[in-house]
Formats: sequence, structure tokens, C-alpha cells
Amino acid sequence: MKPPVPRLQLQGLTKAYPTLVANDQISLTVEAGEIHAILGENGAGKSTLMKMIYGVTQPTAGQMFWEGTPVSIGSPAIARSLGIGMVFQHFSLFESLTVAENTSLSLGSSHTPSSAAQALQQAAARYGLEVHPEKFIHDLSVGERQRVEILRCLLQDPKLLILDEPTSVLPPQAIEGLFAMLRRLASEGCSILYISHKLQEIQQLCDRATILRAGKVVAECRPQEETAASLAALMIGRDTEPLPKRPPAASAKTIFAAEGLTLLSPDPYGTHLDNISFTVPQGTILGIAGVSGNGQRELLWALSGETRCPSPEMLQLHHEPIGHRGPAARRRLGMSVVPEDRLGTGAIPAMSLEENGLLTAVYTQPMVRHGLVDQKATHAFAQKCIAQFDVRCSGAQALAGALSGGNLQKFIVGRELLQTPQLLVCSQPTWGVDVGAAALLRRAIQSLAEQGSAVILISEDLDEILEVSDEVAVLFEGKLSPPMPASEASPERVGLLMAGVWQQQTHTGASTTSTSHRAGDGTRAASS
Amino acid sequence: MTTELLGAILFAMIVAATPLMLVALGELVTEKAGMLNLGAEGLMAVGAVSAFIATHTTGSVTVGVLAGITAGVLLSCIFALVTIPLMANQVATGLAIAIFGVGLAAFIGKPFESSVIASTPAWNVPGLSEIPVLGKALFSHQPIVYLAWLATGIVIWVLARTRTGLVLKAVGESPAVGHAIGYPVNRIRALAVLFGGGMAGLGGAYLSVFYTPMWTEDMVAGRGWIALALVVFATWRPWRVVLGAHLFGGVLILQLFVQSSGLDLQVPAQLLSAMPYLATIVVLVLIAGNPKTIRIHSPASLGKPFRPDAH
Amino acid sequence: MVAVGLTVLTGLIIFALLGKDPILGFQVFFVYPLRSLYGLSELLLKATPLALIGMGLAVGFRAGIWNIGAEGQFLFGAVFATGVALYLPSITGVSLLVMVFAGILGGMAWALIPAWLRARFHTNEILVSLMLVYVAQLFVSWLVFGPWRDPRGFNFPQTEMFDAAWLLPTLLSGSRLNLAFALTLIVLVIGHILLAKSYYGFSIRVAGESPTAARYAGLSERRNIYAGLLIGGACAGLAGMAEVAGPMGQLTDKASVGYGFAAIIVAFVGRLQPLGIGLAALVMALFFLGGEQAQQYLNLPGSISRVFQGLLLFYLLAADVLVQFRLVRTPPQTKGAT
Repeated sequence: MKPPVPRLQLQGLTKAYPTLVANDQISLTVEAGEIHAILGENGAGKSTLMKMIYGVTQPTAGQMFWEGTPVSIGSPAIARSLGIGMVFQHFSLFESLTVAENTSLSLGSSHTPSSAAQALQQAAARYGLEVHPEKFIHDLSVGERQRVEILRCLLQDPKLLILDEPTSVLPPQAIEGLFAMLRRLASEGCSILYISHKLQEIQQLCDRATILRAGKVVAECRPQEETAASLAALMIGRDTEPLPKRPPAASAKTIFAAEGLTLLSPDPYGTHLDNISFTVPQGTILGIAGVSGNGQRELLWALSGETRCPSPEMLQLHHEPIGHRGPAARRRLGMSVVPEDRLGTGAIPAMSLEENGLLTAVYTQPMVRHGLVDQKATHAFAQKCIAQFDVRCSGAQALAGALSGGNLQKFIVGRELLQTPQLLVCSQPTWGVDVGAAALLRRAIQSLAEQGSAVILISEDLDEILEVSDEVAVLFEGKLSPPMPASEASPERVGLLMAGVWQQQTHTGASTTSTSHRAGDGTRAASS
Repeated sequence: MTTELLGAILFAMIVAATPLMLVALGELVTEKAGMLNLGAEGLMAVGAVSAFIATHTTGSVTVGVLAGITAGVLLSCIFALVTIPLMANQVATGLAIAIFGVGLAAFIGKPFESSVIASTPAWNVPGLSEIPVLGKALFSHQPIVYLAWLATGIVIWVLARTRTGLVLKAVGESPAVGHAIGYPVNRIRALAVLFGGGMAGLGGAYLSVFYTPMWTEDMVAGRGWIALALVVFATWRPWRVVLGAHLFGGVLILQLFVQSSGLDLQVPAQLLSAMPYLATIVVLVLIAGNPKTIRIHSPASLGKPFRPDAH
Repeated sequence: MVAVGLTVLTGLIIFALLGKDPILGFQVFFVYPLRSLYGLSELLLKATPLALIGMGLAVGFRAGIWNIGAEGQFLFGAVFATGVALYLPSITGVSLLVMVFAGILGGMAWALIPAWLRARFHTNEILVSLMLVYVAQLFVSWLVFGPWRDPRGFNFPQTEMFDAAWLLPTLLSGSRLNLAFALTLIVLVIGHILLAKSYYGFSIRVAGESPTAARYAGLSERRNIYAGLLIGGACAGLAGMAEVAGPMGQLTDKASVGYGFAAIIVAFVGRLQPLGIGLAALVMALFFLGGEQAQQYLNLPGSISRVFQGLLLFYLLAADVLVQFRLVRTPPQTKGAT
């Protein structure tokens, strides 16, 4: 019998930081046994809201009600005592400890690792999952880690389970299993807060949805009664424009090739690269998809030159072996790199945009004279970048750390593109970037390809890969699938590859039932 | 080489190793929590001078030891304050503590440089100390050595078997995750720093009250730094700290050994005195060889400040 | 500035606690040393090695290379300089040049050890360079007690006095201030150009701010390590040479005065910038001299200088963080003049 009082109610919840208001007057209710989606783009404020519900941070205004009574959740321990469990997007697991030790730490001081191990086995049996309590976290795959994370929460018999972008690390096949488990939990009375920006999943799974944009609630709805397009419109605030179709590349001159790239990861917990081969012709965008943690970082390091190859021929630019060359030499030969980590690797927060421009442009632009930095030249370059790529900032002297994620990414990508590289390697170029900036960046990458350069795009966002690439390959456990033309890259096929099921490069059968919607004119809303 | 000589060497080795072991274990706990405190040398110095003055004034060795521990804790409070809430650079702060501590100790201790305190007699463990050779070497020490062994055992047990040890390791690996789960990360780190300070103070007290019952400005002579190297050498594993401390103890008394063995080596005295420092360098080079082991055992957040409200 | 003020305040409290009149204490410590022209020249004389070494260390620190062994590199500069003075024929003019090179080489040679070990084996340069300080001190001790002992020196641990050709010419008659002061000023200027204007200085700052960005941008970590340590070593060696070829005129076992360690504090207090380092060196030199005066007039042990120095560094670290904290709260929009 459902109690009339909602399980969780938020009224006017606000979180204001000195530089921005992350959540602004958020009100919503979640009933018992309901699967409630929190929908919004990156940067809409979803994570902050969840942190407040779980007690990691405190609201600056507003009220929270738990089963009718007003509560103030000052710490995760208090949240847990109320019956709230949270599965983080970036798991809160300690790599150098075992599964059992991790679990005992989050359960509270009455649990030793051995009692935690027992409890884990029982819960695993109940939900039909597999778990090995004595294994170290650093030995587990991403999917296994998520299972541990979820089990850990389930052990505390939660009444409200919060999941933050749980499918961003799962291959498509595993998602069904997750949904089945969540539906069973909900039927037993547990409420679920499901945070995502993936419209298709929300339509499949959730009863109701609250849509956030720029920190505010802009809509509430029942996802099953909406279309993907209407949800997207609510989320973004305007209709999405599809990227224009590109003409196929003219010639087939190969700009870049990898041959049998095999490399040990410098990180003992990392993934080793195994016999990777591909070519990128002129004017082509090669998209490399894959679930996070399958060697993307190592591949980027190998391509950029931060790790050297055991044999120079493993990588060839214009048929010249470059495997033994460092980043500086590769840049001089016409390669540009946009790294995954923008603040800390791609740009230095405490330095100005001028200096950050100097960081990589020095290899291709005249910026140094007699060993001294030519400030006029660096200033001019930075200004050009700011103007051409619509970087919102206070000027070329602005510190990189003061820019928003999207603007900084525009600057970094712009910096690389302005050097008109023959080969652009970029990793997660639009991660955490607002929709407008993301569209601008993707278009800029495409126009670079149209001018004849080759592009390697490494991304964990399958939508981005499918939208932008001419050819698609999948990285799994350090191995690369043979690249296929984008027209053959259906989400189902790529999904199988992401899960490690290698297929022949023949035409596959018809796509399997569920997930892909194609609107009549060939455009697609964001889906997976 | 008579067995008696061997026994004497073993004895001297244990005695020389004890302060190193105490300080290194304290620093190990501090570093396991992710805090890099380079100030061990200064902490030992203030511990030594405080213990000496306290013992000299009150005549009680126990008071002296307590004073030494307290001094170490107090000085490391400054470190904790500057690096945790204020988030200053841990390397620079640690260096400051080292320099300041040594200077402060020299300053306070000046009037006591020619004072003398009574040497503490050894306490022979009944029965066990009768064993030929080993008995004298292992069981006829001053009580402080047994205390040090006890402290060592407790520290090792806590780290390996108790929840406290687990939490410590977790916080050192990833303070952000620890915080998300709800542990008072900064409080844990501060306590680890204070513990390290207390142990260093104890080590210093040992030097000035038991090892050579006197005080001079250069008493610590780099032992604090050697203890820091020991922690790295042991790749943050307590048993290895014990082992390393004794190896170094052996090197420290090398001079004695050479002299008393009657070997007529034409080695300048300075070279023998330099051995511990050269040995430290060699050891540092040797252990740097295996990055995987280091990654697995070293606290991942070592030396990095923790910002709880980072968004 | 706040830090200096706080230090002085604490100093007054300390004086009071010690039963001395705080005002007199302040005077003795801070004012007495400056009373005469000679006093001022002594101030500059003491400040010279501090600023010189501090500049060299600052370059390294900016690059994230922590050279703690400057004291040892200082000694080796002195050793090499002594070596040439004792064994090479003295020719006016040329000898001085040789001496300068010898000092620089000595310091660099000793700094090469931690540099190579770090580049090749990833060993921690803090510990290695520090251990080498003790080794250097013992080495000097061996030299002056043994092979280099002055046969006519009444068995004191010291070498022969250097010939005039090897001594640094004084700049001001009646004072001990010598050529090293001029050299130090030159080094400070070079340091400024290097750090603020040159591309090399830029790459150092990148390496210090973010090693991952440095790797991404193709900046050589190995070159950074060597440069960071060798520059510090060169400066320290030069200062060591200046000490034996200047006021001391010989190598003795008292050569290790602690400039190498004090210079670390000078580098930090000077915010790792040439102008700041110059000023900080003056302040620290004042502390040194004040300590001597305090010994003489107030009957306080000389180590009071070290207490003050340490206090200064603490207050600086604390104040620095508070300042940064305030800056963070109002988001930094443009690159200021810091």
C-alpha cells in the first residue's frame, strides 16, 4: 500500500557558489517505488543536486522533506541512515583495496571486511549478480566495478537509490540487465532517481522526469508520453540542428597509418595496446569508439608522442615513421593534439590564454625570437583564436582557469585548428561542454577534414562518433576493430564491438528490435 | 671475528636502529594518509632538546620522554595547520619545519650544552638475557628500546588489521572518495600528521636521553632525513621499515665496527662517517627500479592538498 | 610584507619572554647592524651569497625541481676554487677568471649527481641532494685535516692562504664587499630575463605548474631536471667560490655557514622572483647580523637568527595561502602584475 506522502520532496532547493548558481529553486517530488529521471545536458546542475540529496554538500536555500518530515542532510552518513544510497558516475571505490574492504568502509564501523564479504555474497545471489569479494578493485573491469558499487548500496536496503549517469560506462548490451534490476527494485518499493542525458533510456525506463536546464527546473513530464524530439527540445531549449551532410572525401591519399601498434601502458593499472592497425586517408574523420577504460588514454599518448613506440614504423605520418619521435617533433611534422583533460593538460589554469597559446603553437608559428618570447605574436595569435572560435572571456590576458569549460575547450581546439594540422588527434572534444559550443566544435572539426586534413576522434560518446565520423572503429581492451564506413556503423553493431564481440566486416542482418529510432529525414535525436 | 664481537655489533645495531625505526614509522603513517611531512629532522631536534631539558630539570626520564613526544606533536601542529586548512605547499612547509625545528632546538638548548644527565641502566629481561650472545644482544637493552618495539608492533597491527588502518589507507589513496563516502578526511590527515610528529619527537628524545645522554646542536645529524628515505625505501610497508632501520643502524655503527675489529684499514674517518648518507643514496636508487610496486603501495594522494568543496 | 611584520612582532614577544627589553632587543637586532657604512657593507656582503644562491634555486623551484643540497654545492664550489688556487700558478687577472669557472664547475658537478639520478632512476632529488650535503661537509673536513692542510698553519684545519691574484678585489675600500656583489647583481638580472621573458623560462614555469601539460606540449622533462639542478648548483658553487676567495681567503672547516639552507628560505620569501629574492636576501642578512649583535649585546645564542628565519618562512607560507585564498574568492580575471 503506497503511503500518500511522497518519499522525497524538494522545495526551492538552491545551491549558490561564489561564481555561479548551480541549482536555482529546484522543486520536485518522488513517490515510493517510482523511477524518476533527472534529465539535462552536461552542466545543467544534475550532479550538484544529487550531491545535496546525498549530503555531500549542503543547500544554500530551500527545504528537503523525507517521507513528509523536513530534513537536513549534513553528511552521507546521515543520508545512508535515512535510507538513501548513491551510485556515483565516477565510482567511489579505492583501487588499492579489495571489494570486501571497500564495502566494509562504506557500511559503517560495525562491519569488518569478512562480514561485508558475506553480506555481498548474499545480496549478489538475491539479485543474480556475480561478485568476488577478495579481488582488488584495480583488477576489475569497469562493468564489474559498477556492479560492486551498486551492490554496496543495495546492502543497506535503500529506500531511495540515486544513479548518476550509470550507463555512460556500459556497453549497450549490459544496459538491459541494469534496467531489469532497477525495475525489480522499484517494484519492491524502492524509489529510484535516475540521472541521465540519454533520452532513449529514460523513455524506456522511467515513470516521470524532471528536466533541468542551467540549474533550474524547466519541465516535468511522463517520458513515455513524449517523443524524443520533444524531450530534446525541452532539455536544450531549442530545436537541435542536425549537422550538414558532408560530401565524401575526394582522394584516397593516406595521411596517417598505424601498423601493429603494440605498447605497454606506463600505468600499472592501465590497458596495454595490442596490435592496432588503421589508416586515415585525406579528408577523413576516423572515429574511435569504446567504453571508458579500454585503452583510450594509452592510444592518445601513443599518437601524441608522450609515450614512444618500441619501433618507429608503428606510426607513420605521410609514410614517414614517427613512432620514436616526441610530441614536439610530431607537432612540427604537422600533427595537432587536443587532449582529454583540458584544465591541467591542454591548458594551464594559472597562465593566460596568450601563454597557453604559446604552449603548442610555438612549434608551428613564429613566436620566439633569439630565445625570447615575442609577446606581440602570442597576443595576436590568442586574439585570433578568441575571435574565430567565439571564446567568451575578458581578453587574451584572461587566465585559463577563469573560463568556463565550454569556452576553454573552444580555445584549445581553436588553438590546434589555427595551426592547420595535417592530422588532428582529439580525445573527448565535447565532454562536459554546453550544446552550443559542442556543435561549433564538431562543425570546426568537420571543416578541417573538408580542407583535406585527417582527423582521429577518440570519444566515449557514441552519439558524437556516429554523428561526426566517416569511418568508425572500436577500441576494446587495447585492441582495435577493423574500421568500417559510418554507413555500416549501427548502434547495435558498434555496441557489440564495444562489448568485445568481434564481427566480420560483412553486412550484418537487420538491426535487432529495440533501441534505434530513425526519423524520416535521417536525422536523429540524441540516443544510444 | 668472535661471537662476542658479533653480539656486540648486533646490540649496537639495534640501539642505532631504534630512533630511525620510530621516526620512520611515524612518517609512514603520516604519508599513508597522503601527507608529505619533510620536517622530520626538525621534529626530532625539538623532541630531543625538550626531552633533555625536561629530564635534566625533573630528574625523571619518563617526564623527559613525554616532553619529547609533546614537543614533536606541537611542532607538527604547525605543519598540519599550514598545510590542511590553509592548503600550502607541503614540500615547502616541511622544509620550513625542518629548518625551524633545528634552529629552535639549538636556540633553546644552548644553555644546556654542558649539562649532564644520568645514563639509564639497561634492563635485562630475566631468563632471556642469559642466552649466550643473543641474550646480551637482544634482551639487555634500556627499557626505551622495548617500548619502541612495542610501539612498532602496535603500529604494524593497527595498519594491517584494524578498521583505523583501513580508513587511513583509503583516505591516503583518494581523499575525494573518502569524503564522498563521508569520512572526515582532513581530521584523519591532521591526526596522522600529529602521530608522525609524536613519533619523531620520541625518536629525538631517545637520542638525547638514552643514546648519548647529553645535548649538542648537531645531535640529530641527519637522522630525520634518513628516516624519510627509509619510508620510501620500504615502499610504505611497515615490516620493511623495521628491516631498513636495522640495516641503516648497521651502517651508522660501521665506524665502531671497523675500529674495534682491529682491522687496519687506511680509510679516513670522514669516509666512514659518510657511509650512512651514501648508503641512503644507493638505497634510493635501488628501490626506484620497480614502478608497479611503488604505485600499488604508495598513497596516491601523497603531497596533494584536499579541497572538500571543489566543484 | 605581512609576514615580515608578524615575524618582527613575534620577535618582540620572544625578547620579552627572555627577560630582555623588547625595544632594546629590536634595536640591537635590526638597527645596530646598520649603524655604519661598514655595517651596511657587511649587510650587502652577507646578502650576496643568499641572493646568488636563492636566484639559482628559484629557477629550479619554479620548474618543480627541489634542490635542497645547495649547501653541498656551495662547498664544492669552494673546494674546486681552492684547488685551483693551491695548485695552479697565479697570474693576475687570468687567475680570477679561472677561479670563477672553477667555482661554477664545482657546484654544477655536485648538483649533477642528484640530477642524473633523478633523470635516470627517478630518485627523489630532495633526499639525494641533502645527503650529499653531509658528504660534502665530511669531504671538506677530510681535505682540511688531511691532504690540504697548511703545513705552516699550526695544525689548524685550514689550507694555505690564497695568493693575492686569487682573491676577489674589493669594491669599497675599508669594507669587505667584493666583486661577488657585482656578479650577483648580474645574475639577478639574467634571472629576471630568463624567467619572465625567455621561452626557456616559460617552459620552466610550465613544468613547475603542470608536468602533464609540459609532457603534452613536448617539453623535455630530462632537460628540465638537469637545468633545474645545474643552474642552482652553478650559483651555489659561485657563491662558495666567493666565500673562500673573498672574506675567508682560504678553505677551513668552518666553511659551511648555512647559506645554502638560508637561501632556500630567501627563494621562497622572495616569491621565486629576482626582485623579491634581492629584498629577502637583505632581510635575511639582517637577521644573521642581528643574531651576531644579539650575541654580543644581549647575551643571546646566535641560533636566534635561525629561529627568526624559520618564523619568517612560516608566516610567509601562511600569509601566502591566505592571499591566494582571497584571490580565488574573487575569480581571477586577468593576469596581474604579480
